[in-house]
Amino acid sequence: MRPATEAELADILKGANAPLAVCGGGTRAIGALSGAAVQTGGLAGVRLYEPGALTLVAGAGTRLAEVEAALAAEGQRLPFEPPDLRALLGRGGESTIGGVVAANESGPRRVQAGACRDALIGVRFVDGTGAVVRNGGRVMKNVTGYDLVKLMAGSRGTLGVLTEVSFKVQAIPEAEATLLAEGLAPEAALAAMRAALNSPFEVSGAAHLEAAAAGGASRSLIRIEGMAGSVAYRLDRLREIVGPWAAVEGEASAALWRGVRDVAPFAGRPGAVWRLALRPTSALGPVAALQAAGLDHAAIWDWAGGRLWLCVTGASDGGAAVIRAGLDGHATLIRPEPGMAAVPVFPPEPAPVAGLTRALRARFDPRGILNPGLMG
Amino acid sequence: MQMPEPSAAILARKARIIERLRGALPADAVIDAPEEVRAYECDALTAYRCPPLAAVLPRSTAEVSAVLRICHEEGVPVVPRGSGTSLAGGALPTADSVILGVARMTAVLETDYDNRFIRVQAGRTNLAVTGAVEPEGFFYAPDPSSQLACAIAGNVAMNSGGAHCLKYGVTTNNLLGVTMVLMDGTVVDLGGPWAEPAGLDLLGVVCGSEGQLGVVTEATLRILPKPEGARPVLIGFDANEVAGACVSDIIKAGILPVAIEFMDRPCIRATEAFAKAGYPDCEALLIVEVEGSPAEIDEQLARIRDIALRHDPVEFREAENEDQARRIWLGRKSAFGAMGQINDYMCLDGTIPVSSLPHVLRRIGEMSRDVGLDVANVFHAGDGNMHPLILFDANKPGDLEKCEALGAEILKLCVEVGGCLTGEHGVGVEKRDLMEVQFAPDDMEAQLRVKDVFDPKWLLNPAKVFPLHVTAGRRAA
Ligand SMILES: Cc1cc2nc3c(=O)[nH]c(=O)nc-3n(C[C@H](O)[C@H](O)[C@H](O)COP(=O)(O)OP(=O)(O)OC[C@H]3O[C@@H](n4cnc5c(N)ncnc54)[C@H](O)[C@@H]3O)c2cc1C
Repeated sequence: MRPATEAELADILKGANAPLAVCGGGTRAIGALSGAAVQTGGLAGVRLYEPGALTLVAGAGTRLAEVEAALAAEGQRLPFEPPDLRALLGRGGESTIGGVVAANESGPRRVQAGACRDALIGVRFVDGTGAVVRNGGRVMKNVTGYDLVKLMAGSRGTLGVLTEVSFKVQAIPEAEATLLAEGLAPEAALAAMRAALNSPFEVSGAAHLEAAAAGGASRSLIRIEGMAGSVAYRLDRLREIVGPWAAVEGEASAALWRGVRDVAPFAGRPGAVWRLALRPTSALGPVAALQAAGLDHAAIWDWAGGRLWLCVTGASDGGAAVIRAGLDGHATLIRPEPGMAAVPVFPPEPAPVAGLTRALRARFDPRGILNPGLMG
Repeated sequence: MQMPEPSAAILARKARIIERLRGALPADAVIDAPEEVRAYECDALTAYRCPPLAAVLPRSTAEVSAVLRICHEEGVPVVPRGSGTSLAGGALPTADSVILGVARMTAVLETDYDNRFIRVQAGRTNLAVTGAVEPEGFFYAPDPSSQLACAIAGNVAMNSGGAHCLKYGVTTNNLLGVTMVLMDGTVVDLGGPWAEPAGLDLLGVVCGSEGQLGVVTEATLRILPKPEGARPVLIGFDANEVAGACVSDIIKAGILPVAIEFMDRPCIRATEAFAKAGYPDCEALLIVEVEGSPAEIDEQLARIRDIALRHDPVEFREAENEDQARRIWLGRKSAFGAMGQINDYMCLDGTIPVSSLPHVLRRIGEMSRDVGLDVANVFHAGDGNMHPLILFDANKPGDLEKCEALGAEILKLCVEVGGCLTGEHGVGVEKRDLMEVQFAPDDMEAQLRVKDVFDPKWLLNPAKVFPLHVTAGRRAA
């Protein structure tokens, strides 16, 4: 089913009596979806774009590429650097902006500019009863009523089908540069990154690729963006903190960060791919645990250790038990390894939180038709 | 202002309820003497007052949980309270409610510079959070003008903003986690010192829920390294439209000031008379502040100057030193005080799309003339968060009503141009009855469902946020 209007979508949901698989472009869905597909591609188009107010409103089914092109034409962008996971997940097709929101997908710039949910200022959606709901709007500051915008970001279609999303966007800075070091051990690299983030020099990316992921020596990257003079100044100052790292500028720098954003090193690599959210100083723990368990793996740290991508090969459970045991954070299975045992894709939550979550789902989708079972 | 009838049954059981609370808390933590509970009869929206049944001042999450369990069993409404600086009547009691104040919960529980967060008890004041990390060169970014007094608890409940949120975001963008007690006494931890939620973003919906979903007892907050420096400029214009266009051009040029503040002529005149900051006598002025090293500041200010000069400003004043910087901010910072000197005033807080600024200011001017009450405008122009101050005389019969009616019309205008009723102060009781201007029944129903889940008996912070007739069925249930 591919409704052409929000009203048509509402009719479909009102009349539904079996589970539906809600999808945008299907380029970043994880976990098991069952039932007839409801695609949002018909709810497309940039509906409002005011560069002078940094605001963009688009139908949820609008292609991400179209949104990014419209913004780029005015020298602007989505601040949170949404990843393109198609190569990683082995998918074709086109990402939609609604899919980005439903998965709350953010890239390396999250350390500075915030997540997708932070840039999201308004949503429209159709809930599981077929009611059309609007929350937030097109203005940057809005505390009127409860913030369902945040609740919808990352809800993966389980509370409602997004039909329209509004963002606060940002100007593309005139310059960017990356400090690059090769061959550092992860301890040293992550310590350097934390020190850089604790400086006033506005780091907008801090990632470390283990040798196994970098294809050769390990690579440590620290990015800064801004006016040309300021970038040059901050490069110098950051070198005083991290040491004499090399500098990579312009398109070469941008290419490095596309690789981190899209987890490119794991795209062709066999294995289960995990995404962990961690306390940065605990970021080495899961890797040490995999090592101790003798499981073959590669690691990419982003957000100075706040995010860890792991690719684990040949473990019967994809490494789930080792990774999740006593974790100071939580782990999501982004790509299973063919043949591995089924494990929960989303991290289990403590009982009272899981209870609230279940009760919310039961209210927004009383018949349990929207991606049932997906997030627990 | 209509409030629900207090429950006669609860009032009749007052002695027993107090006794149970005394049994669960230290003696000094339960207040029920009529002359003492009066201290809690209102917040900063002083036009509305009602002494509560009692006030409790617990010191720990466990004590908060004990209080809530008792009130839940007794069916007693609870009004959470931080420092009582809400401008929306968010902490206004009902006669049958217990005020649960977190003012004694002020401890710093953990500071972690490596991971850039601080965990505090929720009663700690906003400024004392920054105070705790300042010696190490860090700060907590959201800075409401009330930061000396207001508590993190209130900031989380209202999703408060500040002068610097153009760059750093509001509370929700700087909040990593909370410990919260549900109305039935259950303690939940939401979020934590890691960046993303594990499942649904419940923390996101708790922030800004005005004390209606749970009582926040601890908060984990992101801290940031202090910038090397900051410097403001003052730009005067002879028309609001031109100032608005200049704001838009600065934003479009990709410069990210930490603040862009706007004052109109009535506001400039009043603050000049009061604070004598030396502002030019013009239609509109902007204060734009940028951050960085001296050279970075120079670079940004040079661009802002280029943009501003294209709009023929009547004045472009750069701060050459600390003292001049202070003088540029002086008038803005004393704007509210200045208004308070000359009049009673009501401060609105609607947000509008930045592009509607000239239109909205013109309409406010016309409405103000029609009603015969002066309106001064001072606001965060970068994000369209207006603060029209309506001046009235509380001693003049009918003036307050006239002022409230004008306020409602101005807020309706904000919604009409694509904005909202409140950008940072919250709905509280003040804007409760205007919610239907902004939300259709299904929009509101979705919000009420969230309340149903967190507080099925509808006991937490009653009669706020939603019009009474909308919640009547649920409150009775
Ligand atoms: C002079 C002045 C200037 C101001 N400037 C700004 C500004 O620049 N920006 C801005 O955003 N606001 C501003 N405010 C408004 C006010 O300061 C904020 O709303 C503030 O966050 C309220 O904090 P508080 O601790 O005083 O909360 P209170 O007034 O005590 O309560 C506010 C709300 O929070 C709820 N609450 C309190 N504690 C808890 C808890 N533990 N758990 C759950 N809910 C709780 C209450 O029930 C109530 O609904 C200003 C107010 C004044 C008087």
